[in-house]
Amino acid sequence: MPANFVPPSGVEYIRVLPEIILAAVATLIMVLEPLTPAPRKRALGYLALAGFAGALAGAAAAGWRTGPAFSGMLEVDGFATFFRLLVILAGLLVTLVSFPYLRREEAESGEYYALLLYSVAGQTIMVSAADLIVLFIGLEISSIASYVLAGYMRREKLANEAAAKYFLLGSFATAFLLYGIALIYGATGTTRLNGIAQVLSDPRMAPAGILTGTAVALMLVGFAFKISAAPFQVWAPDVYQGAPSPVAAFLAAGPKAAAFAVLLRVFMTAFAPLTGRWLAIMWSLSLLTMIVGNFAALLQTNIKRLLAYSSIAHAGYVLVAVTAHSEEGVQAAMFYLTVYVFMNIGAFAVVAYFSRKGERYVEIEDLAGLGVRQPVLAALFAVILLSLIGVPPTAGFLGKFYIFQAAVKADLLWLTVLGLLNSAVAAYYYLRLIVIMYMKEPGDSLLELPGMAVSTRAALWTSAAAVVVLGLFPALIR
Amino acid sequence: MNPMWIDTLFFYFFALLVLGGGVATITCKSAVHSAISLIVSMVGVAGLFLLQHAEFLFAVQIVLYIGGVMVLFLFVIMLVNLDESMQMRQFNRQWLLAVAAVIAAGVQAVWLLSKPADLPAAVPQVPGGPGNVQRVADVLFSQYLLPFEIASVLLLAAVIGSVVMAKKRL
Repeated sequence: MPANFVPPSGVEYIRVLPEIILAAVATLIMVLEPLTPAPRKRALGYLALAGFAGALAGAAAAGWRTGPAFSGMLEVDGFATFFRLLVILAGLLVTLVSFPYLRREEAESGEYYALLLYSVAGQTIMVSAADLIVLFIGLEISSIASYVLAGYMRREKLANEAAAKYFLLGSFATAFLLYGIALIYGATGTTRLNGIAQVLSDPRMAPAGILTGTAVALMLVGFAFKISAAPFQVWAPDVYQGAPSPVAAFLAAGPKAAAFAVLLRVFMTAFAPLTGRWLAIMWSLSLLTMIVGNFAALLQTNIKRLLAYSSIAHAGYVLVAVTAHSEEGVQAAMFYLTVYVFMNIGAFAVVAYFSRKGERYVEIEDLAGLGVRQPVLAALFAVILLSLIGVPPTAGFLGKFYIFQAAVKADLLWLTVLGLLNSAVAAYYYLRLIVIMYMKEPGDSLLELPGMAVSTRAALWTSAAAVVVLGLFPALIR
Repeated sequence: MNPMWIDTLFFYFFALLVLGGGVATITCKSAVHSAISLIVSMVGVAGLFLLQHAEFLFAVQIVLYIGGVMVLFLFVIMLVNLDESMQMRQFNRQWLLAVAAVIAAGVQAVWLLSKPADLPAAVPQVPGGPGNVQRVADVLFSQYLLPFEIASVLLLAAVIGSVVMAKKRL
């Protein structure tokens, strides 16, 4: 043992409490899995639910004792706590949506819940990482679990395609990120985020521009893939379409929010001295992402693909906030991501319920007449869709308002104008869903529509309520 | 102290193993020959590690890559149908692109090495200090304790994932 070794103190363990709880519960589920008879697998799901609840409490406890942990590898600050709570909450809601879905598809198993827990554990590690190595391992835990979840329905052709595409492209993007990390380590001699910032801002130590420039570019490619920003978005529609609906909800919520958190942290701290050089790239990235997402969504007939393109477009809006690179921009991005997680899980919860066994009903036209047959469900869905458009008084409106306000203050007038035009385009395809739900005669797709399970209902009501409450009282999380 | 030229000689010897093994790996028709060439290449890499006084990496390279990973490779090769692959024509349609990439990488390497001032300085050796393995262990279990531990979570998730993908029924 080295002479200078100091064992981690008790408070440092509290700071990693959510990770410990998530990983422990996931492992416990895998131990109990072979002992549980097939009809009782739901119990493992309840255990996962309890794990998420415990992790929420753990994250709150950790957020109450902020500070670094494990020789500065983690930095548990307000930012980290916020995103930890967000991704754990996303995991919890997705678990709720998964219950009836897995039962309907006769695919309940402990592995599903364990992978979900591991993935969220990876995300909580990512968002609190203060070192590129920890960030990378966290990202990989989250991604590898997500790859498997995307292909969980192994007998479905589309699910296989989704998992294969996601895995291959995802590994490729990870390689980019790792290459960037290696170069930045070579250039600065450290993987600590604040250490990198220190070296980069010191003119006497500043490494060759070409080296740091390449490193930043490679890392940006890696992150852009994870947040599905154009031109690295090609995988998203296929994966969301092929993955089980609850998993699609999860992919668009947890991993994406976590990837945005690390993007913000890395570019606002470590690469802050290079702001002048990445700003223009971020500017074009956000504009391209908004345009590709919104215009491609106009042409979709499949709800899951439509939501995938909409999620790309929303990533573009958040990138506008990143481009603003101010305290206000970061806050706007945090608010928007929160709202987005709720809107997204709510929308996919409806798809998960409505699609029926084998996901047969996922075309937009299948929604015809839903407003008559299931007025409450249709109303909740409509609230979420209105929030996705950004209609006041929903939170979607405030989210866009904060983002573009930050952009205007950062003198990004053109980006603001083009972004606003984009969200006007977006109104078309969301409104089309509402029109079909309320103004079309019910067709065959509404025959034998079973009642909605309590857990899906809970997730949907929570999402819709959050969208409205955050729209009326944004101060709750700002 | 061994004279400089012995080091140089060994360097070229191991470099030859690495490159020759690599070329043989992708040109051999038989999968078993390819795997054995890969072993040769990895032995060369191990030798290069040793020349850099990275004894720990040398041992890891031998035990993990040459020992573990290669045995796995050979197992898989034995499971697939070899005779069929011997009949197939090797294809390399993208060779133009590959040549361009290799030339670009070569130019970059020469360019980078020609201006050593830009390269970060090597970590100085502490004469008489603790050995290589001990120093790696010291850092790994103190400063890098957390990444070391969560790497096991990563592996666990990967193991469960591969079982889910491979299991006959869920």
